[in-house]
Amino acid sequence: MREKILTFIEKNSRIDLSELAIILGVDEAAVLNEMEAMEKERIICGYHTIIDWDKTGVEKVSALIEVRVTPQRGQGFDMVANRIVNYPEVNSVYLISGGFDLMVTIEGKTLREVSQFVAEKLSTLESVLSTKTNFILKKYKDHGTVTAEPEKDERQIVSP
Amino acid sequence: MREPLSKVITQIEPSGIRKFFDIVNEMKDAISLGVGEPDFDTPWFIRDEGIYSLEKGRTFYTSNAGLRELKVEISRYLSRRFFTDYDPAGEIIVTVGGSEAIDLALRAMLDPGDEVLIPQPSYVSYLPCTILAQGTPVPVPLSHENEFRLTAEDVISHCTDRTKILVLPFPNNPTGAVMEKADLEAVARVVEERDLFVISDEIYGELTYTGKNHVSFASLPGMKERTITINGFSKSYAMTGWRLGYACGPKRILSQMLKIHQYCIMCAPTTSQYAAVEALRRGDEEVAKMREEYNGRRRFVLHSLREMGLPAFEALGAFYVFPDIRSTGLSSEQFANELLTSRKVAVVPGTAFGESGEGFVRISYAYSLENLKTALERIRLFVEERRS
Repeated sequence: MREKILTFIEKNSRIDLSELAIILGVDEAAVLNEMEAMEKERIICGYHTIIDWDKTGVEKVSALIEVRVTPQRGQGFDMVANRIVNYPEVNSVYLISGGFDLMVTIEGKTLREVSQFVAEKLSTLESVLSTKTNFILKKYKDHGTVTAEPEKDERQIVSP
Repeated sequence: MREPLSKVITQIEPSGIRKFFDIVNEMKDAISLGVGEPDFDTPWFIRDEGIYSLEKGRTFYTSNAGLRELKVEISRYLSRRFFTDYDPAGEIIVTVGGSEAIDLALRAMLDPGDEVLIPQPSYVSYLPCTILAQGTPVPVPLSHENEFRLTAEDVISHCTDRTKILVLPFPNNPTGAVMEKADLEAVARVVEERDLFVISDEIYGELTYTGKNHVSFASLPGMKERTITINGFSKSYAMTGWRLGYACGPKRILSQMLKIHQYCIMCAPTTSQYAAVEALRRGDEEVAKMREEYNGRRRFVLHSLREMGLPAFEALGAFYVFPDIRSTGLSSEQFANELLTSRKVAVVPGTAFGESGEGFVRISYAYSLENLKTALERIRLFVEERRS
């Protein structure tokens, strides 16, 4: 049942739990219990909203930063990664395979703010060898959701 | 001037669904729960394969019975999913939708006066296609009490010595009824006894919510040689516009069906056939996802209908539910008309699918949950108003 709940709320976290219970064909109390348990176990880590900031008056700049670091003895990449996560402008930090080590996504108000963060905070960390900043120009799909207008129902009238 | 029209064609009524939906189209903020096709787009990897086949310049005809690779995949698919065994060479024809396959089967098997048993409510084409094939349609009314399943007694009581074909339209449009193995076995015994042939329309075969696989009639002992199995890509892979279906059956019948197909149609669309190969090779997971989604909506719609006091049996197939609206004091047609004019929701009157649909309406859940919610709320208000 957990997997079914998660698959559903991953796309629609605002659904009413009694409705979700009907849709899954299970008891409402059972859904409630599972949800609470999964929140406690940090399987469900939060409920967020997908926003197309470009449509608002708010200025936002986001960037993907490739970071190469020297892993530390006994700690690997954890120590430096755990430091980076503390900055509030950092959205996500991933350890990845390939040409560099950490992928950091960051969001700031202006280009300047983002570059300042990279120049002053990130690249000055002791184990950081180099950074490469990629600014995001346009988001086509975010969190599995296409940001363009949803398509209309174009099905035609047909019989039989 | 002489009469330009044949007597046969003029006796056939135009489909009842059509005129109703012309009105819906004109109306602002009307919500339709009337459409009989998936709301999903064809899964991307299937569309991609269609595009690729065009890029490669595969714009020729295929052989009449269809691409060999596709027939091989159909054969594998049917044995993997429904345990039937069809030879790609001679026992499978790829057609323009399941509808063409129905027409071919009837035309290949009927002589004037041969009777065809058509359980109703059911898809609206069986009857006119039987008439066009010079057969005599014999409607077999199904009942709510039996959850619109066909029983052996239903078949026996409508059989005459002219009865040749039984149409088995399950999982059913418009009722959502399914036939489970025991139901089919009882029918199979009658088919054997009365020496009948069966056209088993299993186009909704992937969409059952019993927790078990759909049982294909031809998989029952002795039935393969008496059955034309109809299936296709429209419903299971959300490929209605690609116009692709198929018929499977004994070589002796299929070779005659192929004659009609080759003279009237030549072959099914090539782009669609290449895309369909991919659908069968890699589609199981997508189909399962869509099935799960339909099932959730199905539960939601049934629950809402029962809450508002419209009894609806547990429809376990296709994407329709068929609530009983008799408690409102309205006929099916009145219900549909008044619901449309007063609350702007379109459903299809049960009578569009045969007289035994009186007292019921068809609600399709091939719509987003949001749409369904709004529409069901409007239906609730309508029913409440009628009762007060």
